[in-house]
Amino acid sequence: MHELSLSSAILATALRHAEGRPVKAVDLTVGTLRQVVPASLEFYWEIVTRDTVCEGSRLEISVVEATVSCNDCATEWTLDDPIFACPSCKSTSVEVLTGTEFMVESLDISEKEEATL
Amino acid sequence: MHQTKVRVAEDALDANATIAQANRADFDRESVRVVNLMSAPGAGKTTLLEAVFREGLGDLRAGVLEGDVQGSLDADRLARFHVPVTQINTDGGFGGECHLDANMVRSALGEVPLDEIDLLIIENVGNLVCPAEFRVGEDAKAMVCSITEGEDKPLKYPLMFRTCGLVVVNKIDLLPHLDYDLDTLLANVESVNPGVEVLLTSARTGEGVEGLREWLVRVHHGEPQGRDDGAPAGERAAAPA
Repeated sequence: MHELSLSSAILATALRHAEGRPVKAVDLTVGTLRQVVPASLEFYWEIVTRDTVCEGSRLEISVVEATVSCNDCATEWTLDDPIFACPSCKSTSVEVLTGTEFMVESLDISEKEEATL
Repeated sequence: MHQTKVRVAEDALDANATIAQANRADFDRESVRVVNLMSAPGAGKTTLLEAVFREGLGDLRAGVLEGDVQGSLDADRLARFHVPVTQINTDGGFGGECHLDANMVRSALGEVPLDEIDLLIIENVGNLVCPAEFRVGEDAKAMVCSITEGEDKPLKYPLMFRTCGLVVVNKIDLLPHLDYDLDTLLANVESVNPGVEVLLTSARTGEGVEGLREWLVRVHHGEPQGRDDGAPAGERAAAPA
């Protein structure tokens, strides 16, 4: 269900930028902290895009790892488990650098060629 | 035909964030503070609110916006306490949305007597995943986690646990009857959301509910609660300092 809501949000964004032109692909970046299952998102994408200019389009998902930096000792690390404490100094004063993305980056759109003689 | 690439570079939840800001502006205009209360189904949100309202919130006038997939059972329970309750049902479409989004809240605002209340508690649809993604214009997020759900839930649903400024651990009257390791739960909560405020309650016996009342009063006084690193940038910038 999570991915259904999110795929609807992606579709709304894509439709606004497509301005009625047929969409072939949608590039999306998703951070691992968003708890999105890419395969599930693709499954719902096929359903929510029916009868829209995005029907049949590919959802190209780039997954962004969660990286965190420590405010006390400046260690940066990749988060494998949701443990927000510095592995070096154990500080819990940390900042999330990447991993919360949920961005529609670009659309591949089919344009009609200008009529030529 | 040829293909062109159109740059978008937009958070897919920006549309929701924009509506959440509009909700927030309406709340601010009426000086109403708003709490988004979330949990898994059956954690005890409604029973906790009943316990809160049983003794009231002093001078603070509270209202409830009740989100459910179907029916008004929860709203009926709370209306007994002479608290204005507005029901939102999320059914329709694919058989019921599993969360409230900013637009659903916006569509119900006309029925919420904002000029008669100081605090609006939005009781979200029971779910530990989707509600964490969709801001509705709230000042603070709180969640209820009951001890019948298992100690590992913070590690399984980190987005929800991390986004909240308060974690209420409910049903603690059942501790003697369960093989539940409360210390493990608290350590897991702390791992995912270091420093988050935690309350231990039993909505059934009333134990610890006073702490929730005090927290609600603090939200009403405008004390910032919780972190915002999962929110779309546009909305974060618009949040009051």
